[in-house]
Amino acid sequence: MTAAVSSSRWRFREPGVIPGFGLTFGFAVCYLSLVILIPLSGLVWRSSTLGWQDFWSLASDPRTLSALKVSFGSALLAALINSVFGLVVAWVLVRYRFPGRRIVDAVVDLPFALPTAVAGIALATLYAPNGIIGAQLAGLGFKVAFTPAGIVVALVFVGLPFIVRTVQPVLADVDREVEEAAATLGASRLKIVVRVLLPGLLPAILTGFAMALARGIGEYGSVIFIAGNIPYFSEIAPLLIVIRLEEFNYAAATAVGVVMLSISFLMLLLINLIQSWSRRRYGS
Amino acid sequence: MTDHAIMLRSALTETPTVQRWLIAVALLFLAFFLFLPLFAVFSEAFRNGVGAWWEAIIEPDALAAIRLTLLVAAISVPLNMVFGIAAAWAIAKFEFRGKAFLITLIDLPFSVSPVISGLVYVLLFGSGSLLGPWLKSYGIEILFAVPGIVLATIFVTFPFVARELIPVMQDQGTSDEEAALSLGASGWQTFRHVTLPNIRWGLLYGVLLCNARAMGEFGAVSVVSGHIRGLTDTMPLHIEILYNEYNFAAAFAVASLLVGLALVTLVLKTAIELRFAD
Repeated sequence: MTAAVSSSRWRFREPGVIPGFGLTFGFAVCYLSLVILIPLSGLVWRSSTLGWQDFWSLASDPRTLSALKVSFGSALLAALINSVFGLVVAWVLVRYRFPGRRIVDAVVDLPFALPTAVAGIALATLYAPNGIIGAQLAGLGFKVAFTPAGIVVALVFVGLPFIVRTVQPVLADVDREVEEAAATLGASRLKIVVRVLLPGLLPAILTGFAMALARGIGEYGSVIFIAGNIPYFSEIAPLLIVIRLEEFNYAAATAVGVVMLSISFLMLLLINLIQSWSRRRYGS
Repeated sequence: MTDHAIMLRSALTETPTVQRWLIAVALLFLAFFLFLPLFAVFSEAFRNGVGAWWEAIIEPDALAAIRLTLLVAAISVPLNMVFGIAAAWAIAKFEFRGKAFLITLIDLPFSVSPVISGLVYVLLFGSGSLLGPWLKSYGIEILFAVPGIVLATIFVTFPFVARELIPVMQDQGTSDEEAALSLGASGWQTFRHVTLPNIRWGLLYGVLLCNARAMGEFGAVSVVSGHIRGLTDTMPLHIEILYNEYNFAAAFAVASLLVGLALVTLVLKTAIELRFAD
């Protein structure tokens, strides 16, 4: 096994009897570099040839800023909505027994398995002013499709499983004895849920929130059909990249791409920070 | 029952009324966002009857899109599967420096926008790049052709198999393999007869998810495909074109095939989980 080695010599790998490290590690790293790292660094390199001045003027272009604002704002709102309803869904699936629970549990993963373009046209059809849901909402004076609200609807669809699937296992693992202890001490149900259960679920909710947010900022396929794509109003940042590419304006596409890539890295860092914080606070 | 016991029980779970309300809220939410979209796809697809649905599927451009989608998945899924197994073997069976960093890099495509996954290949092989014109002088087209679509799909579906396998292999540890090796099995025999049977369900699930995403990818493929009808349109791109032409029935007919794929994926996933639960 990989027992601690007394030798003080620096080693890359702990010794063991299992073969194939060189082959599998080498292949994995080569493939990773060829398919992911070299293409991504090409994007960063391309933006560095722009020069700071040009990059800044492209990145701070009003249409770019407004698209980034739409993407970030609607992803944030959708992730918040999902945190609340995703928690309710996870709670209901873990704690209660009702007919059809298994089917509901399986269907939660639908947004992972359904192509985004299919989700996009289905949601656009439902929420359009002449759609089943859109017509009802229009009667109430709400317009969802072809406005930023439509973007939020699509991102709620896309982000839902992230919250449910991160909260569900943690909630299932909660030791009921803690609740029993709080109950014998005279705490009401509401107090137990808010003061005892929710703090334990917080890291999972935050992780799911950050994952849904990251996915929402970059989402394209499910959004463009329902958004209406009106510049300065309901145009998302990934669509702006596509538009710039179609104009063969590679410099502008690169600038928007680099800004979005930086946001993705920040989100990734945030998720890692949340997880290491929760490990420190609650133990693995 | 004493008053105290009643109080205790009421503090341990929600009252039946609250339970019913919470279930109703959860189901209503899922109905609006998951069940109704599913229902909408099928009701639109069969709006003009099964005949019209079939016509939309066997239309030559639709068939070409289906063939291309199958081809792209047939190339990208096995490649990512081999990578996933190799990466999981290196990460789960050995201790080495920078392991956490390697895992983060493998996860990277999950947090990158699909459009950016396409953009990087446009920059790498496009007209303004070094590689693109050089390859073109040898008659090799990457961008706006099948190789570009395959590359973008590989990028987007890269982490799926590795992500599923790493925790499964880590849980299993190394003792089974060490026993096989000490009995004289070769490395390959050990993998084939000891490791592979242990990880087969995790592997199958990873491949299923990878395949679902490979066949359904839209953003990344849309950027590199060039949208040449009958040549570089995959099923999702064909759906977009039909939808934008207001040919909704045909768009939803092709979409219903992808919904079928998604449902099969979910059913198999649930079946695998039930098997594990025993």
